[in-house]
Amino acid sequence: MRSSLIIVGFFIVGSLLGYFGVVPASILEGDISFYALGALMFCVGVSLGSDPETLKSFTKINPRLLLLPLLTIVGTLAGAAIVGMLLPNSSVIDSMAVGSGLGYYSLSSIFITEFKGAELGTIALLSNISREILALLLAPVLVKYFGKLAPIAAGGATTMDTTLPIIMKFSGKEYMVLSVFHGFVTDLSVPFLVTLFCSI
Amino acid sequence: MILGIGVGYIFRKRNLSFISKVITVLIWILLFVLGLEVGSNPQIVSNLGNLGLDALIITLGALLGSITLAALLWKIVNKSKVQ
Repeated sequence: MRSSLIIVGFFIVGSLLGYFGVVPASILEGDISFYALGALMFCVGVSLGSDPETLKSFTKINPRLLLLPLLTIVGTLAGAAIVGMLLPNSSVIDSMAVGSGLGYYSLSSIFITEFKGAELGTIALLSNISREILALLLAPVLVKYFGKLAPIAAGGATTMDTTLPIIMKFSGKEYMVLSVFHGFVTDLSVPFLVTLFCSI
Repeated sequence: MILGIGVGYIFRKRNLSFISKVITVLIWILLFVLGLEVGSNPQIVSNLGNLGLDALIITLGALLGSITLAALLWKIVNKSKVQ
């Protein structure tokens, strides 16, 4: 939670500095964000590749439950598409691009800003932050009415880090490996899906 | 990213704990730049309320869709246990 607050803090400080014109806009014309994004993707890859133990533990999961990440992605995209039809301001594809952030707000908002501009990037940031917050808050209710898999699906790409403790608390410790697996798969899918929906 | 996975696998025995710090700092920089862009764009600033509402509605749609499918899978898995 604290690290999320710091991240949002950087965004807010940046907005204020931009708003009051403290920082010259010429910074934005450079390719800083493009190179930082490339470096970020490289580092995410390094951290995934350097942890083969996690990958091995995935073989112990009930094979049917391996479907969960796929269902999360399909459900999210379908839900975002339907809502996108109803929203007057954003198109179905834009809405699906935002939805395909799956709660991974830092990465998805950065990508979408790069491809579609800061306006949709801001929507992506707000939408995916609220997904994480709602997943944290609603976990007990979701378990009660929709079963123990629901908080994992709601958490999207955050189920291997920020929402993991809350999932273990309400769904049970035996769902930890599934939750990490789910987070791992959906995390990996975010850059691909976001790029896909931004380029359609 | 795939290049990174390869590099990470090769160097998996070294201490790579610094990499998560690098990731954090890169995310800070990128969101700071996004903030700069948003703040210096008056159209976005004046529209922030609407953007927030759109964002929330998309989130609710996304959550509803994914939770429905998860509930379905939960039912199927439990049914097969009973039989």
